[in-house]
Amino acid sequence: MSKIHVTTNVNGDSVEFLCEPDEVLLDVLRDRLNLTGAKEGCGTGDCGACSVTIDGRLVASCLVLGAEAEGRVIETVEGIGSAKDLHPLQRHLLEHAALQCGVCTPGIIVAAKALLAENPDPTEEEARYWLAGNLCRCTGYDKIIRAVLSAATEMRGENA
Amino acid sequence: MRYVVAKDSREAVALLNTGEGARLLSGGTDVLVQMKLSGVAPDMLIDIKRIDGFNTISAEDSGFRIGATVSGAKMGAHPALKTLWPGVVEAVELIGSTQVQGRATMAGNLCNGSPAADSVPAMIAAEAVARIEGPDGTRDVPIAALLKGPGKTHLAKAELISSIFLPARAARAGDAYLRFIPRTEMDIAVASAGVSLEVDENSVVTKAVVALGAVAPTVVSVPEAAAALIGTKLDAAALEACAKACTAACNPIDDKRGTAEFRTKVAGVMATRAAKIAYARAGGQQ
Repeated sequence: MSKIHVTTNVNGDSVEFLCEPDEVLLDVLRDRLNLTGAKEGCGTGDCGACSVTIDGRLVASCLVLGAEAEGRVIETVEGIGSAKDLHPLQRHLLEHAALQCGVCTPGIIVAAKALLAENPDPTEEEARYWLAGNLCRCTGYDKIIRAVLSAATEMRGENA
Repeated sequence: MRYVVAKDSREAVALLNTGEGARLLSGGTDVLVQMKLSGVAPDMLIDIKRIDGFNTISAEDSGFRIGATVSGAKMGAHPALKTLWPGVVEAVELIGSTQVQGRATMAGNLCNGSPAADSVPAMIAAEAVARIEGPDGTRDVPIAALLKGPGKTHLAKAELISSIFLPARAARAGDAYLRFIPRTEMDIAVASAGVSLEVDENSVVTKAVVALGAVAPTVVSVPEAAAALIGTKLDAAALEACAKACTAACNPIDDKRGTAEFRTKVAGVMATRAAKIAYARAGGQQ
């Protein structure tokens, strides 16, 4: 199997890598680019732990080939906030204790950011439907939804 | 395995024609899962997303042509398409999670051949037409004529769907899709129904198409159920006759999602509820 040369953009940086034809983007991110924020939960697009955006569209990176990334713009959780300056979603998830083991959290952050980009003022129901593909076995979801909605309130510049 | 980006549909058809081991890659939400879980091991994946026109929604003859690789998310973000065929768009948007919506396509949903495919009853109700490219050229085929059995379509060797056409519709017309699932999201239909209606100025139904999902080896159009609605204002007797015709058309399996008996009963309920929504969308007043 000959490897495929791919040029793409990840979190604002131009990136080149070689990958196998059947290698999924999730494995490329984790094993070749050392971006281990996206997690493999199921590998079949059911759990959302590997969520990233491609050209602004939320996808499961376990169901995208690395080769398909050619010329696209990819954003992962590593591009959201920094240790010194957390994104409001990250801060509110912490403040609401909306995680325990943390495996689902990067995917939740990427998915919730995509939601707020499209809909800055979601209802609880809209947030729950949007995040239905992000499974969490620890929290029972309620804290996650509250955190996302309060982050949205802050991001709109309103008082919580 | 090889990964090849097709430049045009002719190249994709030629690559498909080179052997049995080539599969198309569009959204990948079926084929990549099959490769992981079901031992499907294609020799070649042909990525068709970069072919001109495959990733666009274009207005045509007062309808819309949906490119084969247009995602559900893209359809859901097209206001004019949602206005013309709300039932088709709502059916497509029920497929999988937001993440799956970012990639999954209506053409892929059709080609996967599932009797429970959410978009297919809605497309049949809409009298949608698939444009097919193959070694012998281009042909247009109604969706209903492509369904063969679980996992199978009537596409010939080396044929591919390049787009799906949703036609123009009358001024007083509406469509709707409903499915029964035991949870609120992220599941496969136990029974489903797509209904499209036209009404006259007196709110009498003049045209109807009713299609059912997950109750037979393929999605089925039920002309008897449609006939029960035509000439009525969806009164109780018409809806009962429609449900009865749906029940008679069912030939479902028993599985973990639902028994044959349950599916047979619920199919009629879904059809009559979808008919009421379609009727309201058409501007019908009882």
